Amino acid sequence: MSAPEKVEDIEIRLLLEALYHQYHYDFRNYAMASVKRRLKQAREQLGFATISALQESVLHNPAMVPRLLGYLTVQVSEMFRDPSYFRAIREKVVPHLRTYPSLKVWVAGCSGGEELYSLVILFREEGLEERTLFYATDINQEALQIAEAGIYNLDRIQLFTENHRKSGGKSSLSDYYTAAYGRASFDKTLRQQVVFSDHSLVTDAVFAEMHLISCRNVMIYFDRPLQDRALGLFRESLARKGFLGLGAKESLRFSQHADAFNDFVREEKIYQRDGR
Amino acid sequence: MNASPKAIVIGASAGALDALSVILPALPASFKLPLMVVVHIPPDKHSILAELFQAKCRITAVEAEDKEPIMGGTAYFAPPDYHLLVETNGTLSLSSEEPVLFSRPSIDVLFESAADAYGPDLTAIVLTGANEDGAKGLACVVEAGGTAIVQNPQDAFASAMPESAIAICPDAQVMSLAAIAAYLQKV
Repeated sequence: MSAPEKVEDIEIRLLLEALYHQYHYDFRNYAMASVKRRLKQAREQLGFATISALQESVLHNPAMVPRLLGYLTVQVSEMFRDPSYFRAIREKVVPHLRTYPSLKVWVAGCSGGEELYSLVILFREEGLEERTLFYATDINQEALQIAEAGIYNLDRIQLFTENHRKSGGKSSLSDYYTAAYGRASFDKTLRQQVVFSDHSLVTDAVFAEMHLISCRNVMIYFDRPLQDRALGLFRESLARKGFLGLGAKESLRFSQHADAFNDFVREEKIYQRDGR
Repeated sequence: MNASPKAIVIGASAGALDALSVILPALPASFKLPLMVVVHIPPDKHSILAELFQAKCRITAVEAEDKEPIMGGTAYFAPPDYHLLVETNGTLSLSSEEPVLFSRPSIDVLFESAADAYGPDLTAIVLTGANEDGAKGLACVVEAGGTAIVQNPQDAFASAMPESAIAICPDAQVMSLAAIAAYLQKV
């Protein structure tokens, strides 16, 4: 591992610098193995001979940026992914949330909106939707547009339906969408209480006081220092005794902010902000 | 070919449990290298692989955690529904990127990242399985100067995966499970 830096590694570093200096998208502290893999995919599929050629195109052609972001930001999710997580939100977190007259929920790194709609449906089923404001944020404008449209391929719906049922769903998922032409279009009313917004966990600041933050499988793409920054943001954003839900394989255990949170549902990676 | 690697990566699918049960319990407590292992498992949240091999082995067996520093004498299993990647700074990371060849975790993803991190100091082993995962990754390992080992397809529960690996990497060393176990005891 002490070998001289490979040319492609230099190119990748320079491309990430270029993307930051020209467009303020900062991937410099992302976990590199996955970034490299996706940049190599981007290079191949966009038809460039080298990462440097891709960099030149990105610097001089802003239209390339969203295309590159499509590769750099991972957009793989499903509704009610890990149903036991949503079951724990429903059974353990919701009773606490009921005690507030109004609620704010932040889905950080919402990607195509699958996790957002899962939470909105859950809140509707629990009678909390009307008093809740949801913030759905991502750095990727195209992903935000997909989230805002709420249209998914019909072939994914079977999995979503199964997950919803396993999560303790109190209605039929089909109540919330209309199917046509191979697509399922989720009901507009699910977006009544949602604010979609461009926000970066890497460069942006706190914007409101939250009662629940759900940020699943976003921080695994960050390196340790960047994970700490994001968790610092969550810590500042959360109301006292507010809740933070992470991905099944994400943990606060190694973070400098670990002390600010207590395990709430340990096996589901749901934490509660301390009372200080 | 490097006789003294710094890490081992292993990929296995159908028949994995029996194959790994020949290899991993054979390693002595003094085994110095880390092993990163991808087994194709269903995406349910809980896997018993690490617990199972912890009970059978003298080396340590754990399910890999995100950003975990890589330690010698430890077998790290990819968790269900996540890719496992090796970072160049000596840590592991997880990813929920799209499945590769319908698999998450994917052997190719592990092998490619480990080839990048360890270069010639890596030994990669493709075991039994019924698909093509691992073949491309093994080619990356060879290209980076690492050592490629493939289970003898005739001796494998499912031969497709070793056959695909050999087709892409004709110079890979083809061995029986017992020979692989003996080989690892000597690295």
